[in-house]
Amino acid sequence: MSKLRETKGQKLFNVIEKNAVPILFIIICAIGIPFSGYSLNYLGQEIITRIGRNSFLIIALLIPIMAGMGLNFGMTLGAMAGQIGLIFITDWKIGGIPGMILAMIISTPISAILGWMCGKILNMAKGREMVTSYIIGFFINGVYQLIVLYGMGPVIPIKDPALVLPRGYGIRNTVNLIGIRRSMDNVLAIRIFGLSIPVLTLVVIAMLCFFIIWFKKTKLGQDMRAVGQDMEVARAAGIKVEHTRIVSIVISTILAGYGMIIYLQNMGTLNTYNSHMQIGMFSIAALLVGGATVNKASIGNVFLGVTLFHVMFIVSPMAGKNLIGQAQLGEFFRVFVSYGVITLALVLYEIRKRRARYKTGRLLAQDQADMKEVDV
Amino acid sequence: MIKIRQFIHSFGWPRIIIGLFLLSLFIIAPFVGVKISTSLSDTLIRFGMNGVMVLAMVPMIHSGCGLNFGLPLGIIAGLLGGTLSIQFGFTGGTSFLMAIILATPFGILFGWGYGKLLNRVKGGEMMIATYVGFSSVAFMCMMWLLLPYNHPTMVWGYTGSGLRTTISTEGFYLHALNNFLQFRIGEKFLFPTGMILFFALMAFLVWAFLHTKTGTAMTAVGSNPVFARASGINIDRTRTMSVIMSTWLGAIGILVYQQSFGFIQLYMGPFYMALPAVSAILIGGASVNKASIANVVIGTFLFQGILTMTPSVMNSIIHTDMSEVIRIVVSNGMILYALTRKAEVSR
Repeated sequence: MSKLRETKGQKLFNVIEKNAVPILFIIICAIGIPFSGYSLNYLGQEIITRIGRNSFLIIALLIPIMAGMGLNFGMTLGAMAGQIGLIFITDWKIGGIPGMILAMIISTPISAILGWMCGKILNMAKGREMVTSYIIGFFINGVYQLIVLYGMGPVIPIKDPALVLPRGYGIRNTVNLIGIRRSMDNVLAIRIFGLSIPVLTLVVIAMLCFFIIWFKKTKLGQDMRAVGQDMEVARAAGIKVEHTRIVSIVISTILAGYGMIIYLQNMGTLNTYNSHMQIGMFSIAALLVGGATVNKASIGNVFLGVTLFHVMFIVSPMAGKNLIGQAQLGEFFRVFVSYGVITLALVLYEIRKRRARYKTGRLLAQDQADMKEVDV
Repeated sequence: MIKIRQFIHSFGWPRIIIGLFLLSLFIIAPFVGVKISTSLSDTLIRFGMNGVMVLAMVPMIHSGCGLNFGLPLGIIAGLLGGTLSIQFGFTGGTSFLMAIILATPFGILFGWGYGKLLNRVKGGEMMIATYVGFSSVAFMCMMWLLLPYNHPTMVWGYTGSGLRTTISTEGFYLHALNNFLQFRIGEKFLFPTGMILFFALMAFLVWAFLHTKTGTAMTAVGSNPVFARASGINIDRTRTMSVIMSTWLGAIGILVYQQSFGFIQLYMGPFYMALPAVSAILIGGASVNKASIANVVIGTFLFQGILTMTPSVMNSIIHTDMSEVIRIVVSNGMILYALTRKAEVSR
């Protein structure tokens, strides 16, 4: 197929438009950093901590995007499974790395079942996967509350009184994860230029990145990309479309569960009824800030996104305080930016989809015009 | 037998289960010491409070824009109207009327912009609507702090600027509609005539509008855009108009809600207000692209009925308040059910 001829201005516009979100964020950060008054050393330390804390969760989003199912707002399901695992190991008083591994083992079947269910439902709602997965998150949150707030105690035995609400059943609003707090970050931690680096966590994240790269090359990964490109063509090529889509969601949910455990071991406390709801939004916003779109995301987007998004997150309250005199304004600003960036990315994706169709039309017209010239 | 099966199929299992659940709650209630009259009265009041917001779903569903997850945008227009009316010093019933009048230009303006945006993203409306709602609420959080309000009942006492998170409507439009022609039957049963009448008026207006030429065009755009274009209807304009109507109804809806509830909730208050309204209309039998006034009435009554009945009845039976969990599961389960129905998607 021949290429569409465009002027230089159009090309430049395309480049800027394609990277609109990261460029916008670089500008926000460039303005915010000096006004916040934070030292670069402090910012560097915070960014390293947050890369270790959040990357795993964000990488979990990549596989459903590959399979053409959009941003997996259902990653909260995995987060809930991870939290259930953490509640159990806290109750059994198993700390450190063994505790984390046990929590992951507990979370795996729960994530798998939830992911399978989510995939089944999403197959019934093709074309509106995102809004459906978003509502599934809310729905399962209700079930999670039913289990954790009412079931844990009378039905599922919880022995530790520090975990249970004073009324005798249900888990407290905050659970202290003292047993596994920073247990992964502190293994092999080294200091370079006064920055402490959680080596093991970063190694685990690097391994996950290699897994994703390897996975893309496997038969299953190729199938997923085919399904993501065009479901009907993939079906004609003999790929089990529904099955592939379910597998992609299951993998994503299981990874999100592990990611949540890594996230919470860094935080050290679990907000039993809130942590999982926020994490979906923040992970998705961070990925989009990194330049990912609804149908295309890479590992590079993840790390760029974590860095930019969290710099904005750290500096905005202080910048707001120093600029206008109200720290609260900065806090509202970062909430607004998190939601705004998701909105912007979704809108740009839809507009681009339309423009791509329009471009194909123009290409066809151009080809026909060329042919006419040859005729003359 | 076949007829019953057809009825069940067309009505949908979830609705029947929810209806039976509510019925059983009403049957159990007297045995566990919950007064039916109080519950019924509460249900009616909550019906009136939420009815108009549920009604705000109808125009957008009709024009094929899907469920209005962006309801918070309309609510913000209403909040602006309400706070401005208080700021300008109106009191009593006048303040309610003025709130509606002041909210109207914001509703139209926001709705126009929102409609233009939705026209550019056809096919992905619902997800974008959700996030338009969220980001506008977050944006207004900043604005509530910055806008130059200075009425002493609304701003923070110690700084004298920035609106409070909750503002009492007492002395302004508290129960402006509730108390209109209100009457009592027995000791516990209160009938909020004014509010129900207002809802009926709004419902009638929407119904009448949908039967005008423009309204019919709206329905045509929703059910078959290609056919509508062929018959010379300007699709984008019709869609924008439906979004403006939905947004405006959302603004009026929140004002009705506040005058009964007694407080204006600012900041993150409107954040999750779309979900109950969306699930209410779906429980009433609407689908992603089909809705009627009857759906609104039935749905709001069933949904609000469950919300009022579960806490009191469940509390008396098992001494545990599980109503919040039941609300989450029922409302989101209903939305999921509607989103996954294939037959209606392809229509």
